[in-house]
Amino acid sequence: MIEKEKAAQQTTNSSNQEVKDGYEQHFKVISPGRMVAKRFFRSKLSIAGLYMIVFVFLFSFVGPLIVDATWGYEELEVFKVERIADMVSTADFKGPDGKTYTYYDKSQTLVYFKAPPSAEHWLGTDTSGFDILTRLMYGGRISLTISFIVIFLETIIGVILGGLAGYFGKWVDQLIMRIVDIFACLPGLPVLLVLSATISSIESIPAEHRIYYMMAFLTLMGWTGVARIVRGQILMLREQEYMLAAETTGISPMHKIFRHLVPNTMPQLIVSATLGLGGVILYESTLSYLGLGVPFPRAAWGSMIALADPSKGQEILANYPNMWVPAGVLIVVTVLGFSFIGDGLRDAFDPRMKR
Amino acid sequence: MWNYLLKRVALALVILFGVSALIYLLSMLMPADYIDNQTAAAVQMGAMTLEDVQRLKELYGLADKSLPGIAKSYLSWLTSALSGDLGYSFLYGRPVSDVLSQYIWISFMIAFISYLLEIAIGIPMGIKASVNQYSAYDYTVSVFAMMGTALPSFFLSALLMNVFAIRLGILPLQGLTTATKVFPPNAHFQILLDKAWHLVLPITVLTLLGVGGLMKFTRTNMLEVLNSDYIRTARAKGLSENVVTYKHAFRNTLIPLVTSLSGMLPGLFGGAMITETVFAIPGIGYMALRATQQGDIPFIMGYNMFLAILTVLGMLISDIMYMVVDPRVKLS
Repeated sequence: MIEKEKAAQQTTNSSNQEVKDGYEQHFKVISPGRMVAKRFFRSKLSIAGLYMIVFVFLFSFVGPLIVDATWGYEELEVFKVERIADMVSTADFKGPDGKTYTYYDKSQTLVYFKAPPSAEHWLGTDTSGFDILTRLMYGGRISLTISFIVIFLETIIGVILGGLAGYFGKWVDQLIMRIVDIFACLPGLPVLLVLSATISSIESIPAEHRIYYMMAFLTLMGWTGVARIVRGQILMLREQEYMLAAETTGISPMHKIFRHLVPNTMPQLIVSATLGLGGVILYESTLSYLGLGVPFPRAAWGSMIALADPSKGQEILANYPNMWVPAGVLIVVTVLGFSFIGDGLRDAFDPRMKR
Repeated sequence: MWNYLLKRVALALVILFGVSALIYLLSMLMPADYIDNQTAAAVQMGAMTLEDVQRLKELYGLADKSLPGIAKSYLSWLTSALSGDLGYSFLYGRPVSDVLSQYIWISFMIAFISYLLEIAIGIPMGIKASVNQYSAYDYTVSVFAMMGTALPSFFLSALLMNVFAIRLGILPLQGLTTATKVFPPNAHFQILLDKAWHLVLPITVLTLLGVGGLMKFTRTNMLEVLNSDYIRTARAKGLSENVVTYKHAFRNTLIPLVTSLSGMLPGLFGGAMITETVFAIPGIGYMALRATQQGDIPFIMGYNMFLAILTVLGMLISDIMYMVVDPRVKLS
């Protein structure tokens, strides 16, 4: 009897084993992370976004090294490319016979700057004789570095304050969320302009340090979104059973917040951070466009587009698209790349998303 | 409900108080104040002494840059602002409220027209994209929508100027009126037409930048509704796809749409700083950018407060609209 049972057990065991082998042949057990990755890579847009961001990164961080190794110059090398430029000015006047004549005045000058695209300078040189392609690379470095640092700082501040507000509730929540409301209601660009103007006019701050202050200001204007997301998530999560279990083990509140609650808000945080990167790049380029970002000899995409500002004369806007169009295209590619990835991640993290 | 509203208004006032204190503190830190800028030449030439400059600053409450000094001048600014007096703009030589009320209208015109265009273009596109989810149309529209949100306004403006104003020469480059044209004094219609002609490009820029967001918003909300059970029921009843989309689904999508669109209304008065500046349109954004660059503190304060009030107002309006539009919402 007992032996029979044992034998039966053995057979079920072995058949279980067989079934399991069968499963493993036909189905793969994958971790949640792998599942997210799979869903992410299924979307063509996220892959396109990934390519765009990889391109911009290689362009801005590896590009300068290649230029330096091959041609041996950097961002601030001035080139004098001699060429003869025709200047034609026209005027209409009425002759004594009553007909209208057009008068052409053609002159030739020797110019060194604003060289057209050539084999040595693929995108030409700008008004100061800098190589435009190289400046685009260094400008990209600035934009990408700033955006990553700002988003990192925003996330840290937002997680800490949002975590405290969501976990403790009551007056802590009230206080923190009112501060969040106030910061969220600050008019973004005007306040950034005031702050940047302040920094630019303080002489004791060296021009190259301005960028650090700018990062701080951008962080100050942007952390509220993260705080709201974290707080909202934690309000929901802290009512779940696993938190009750955590409560019974008697661990400290800090441990509960940052070890058990915050990691569960990671998906939302990653998505909002990715989408936020583009926003920071747009803000940074706007400040540079207005001359309040990275100071002059250093390159920034925004200030390269500012060359085309028609208030300073139409010449560059009309005749030198090689000076400002590439910078704009790079901004669009970067911001678009981050939004594609962010959207892809959101869809990939969202378990309700079924395709 | 009234209790809820009262609470919201009280909260709005607290926020505004905090925002005003913060902005005041920040703008007082700005050392490039207008008086220094304006008197620099006179001081250099010996026409003014530094004491004169100091007296001027005291007059405007800018002399004391210590924290209690700022607090004192903030309180005096706040009391006069509450009685409707926003002070005197250094740069424009007029009361700040005058400058604001004069220049917001042109900004509002531009913003309002592009707001209408965004609605007329973005919502139908969003509906169509959501109905044909994952189709070629959906992808194209989504990519264009995201492109609109990724374009910096100054770059889009420069591109459009290059093509339409310089290469094709069919639209004016900058400004609100043709400077070289002289109109007879009673040619109001022609003047209006001339202004409208100058506003085509700025309105296009604002519309292109805004339409993507609205389209995406419509699409997301439509998709959510289209996946709900009652839509399946409607289809099962054999209703035509048009009736399902527009009568059953879209009406529920209207709830978030109306809420957010009505919340955007006050913001239309705020002006588009960069676009107005690039096109040299004398709207409130252009005036504010100039004032900021020159350190015109009363104007900066007035303008930023105005923007904060618009934001808070927008939040209140969308809260109220949410209750009005959605009968399911019950407030405690």
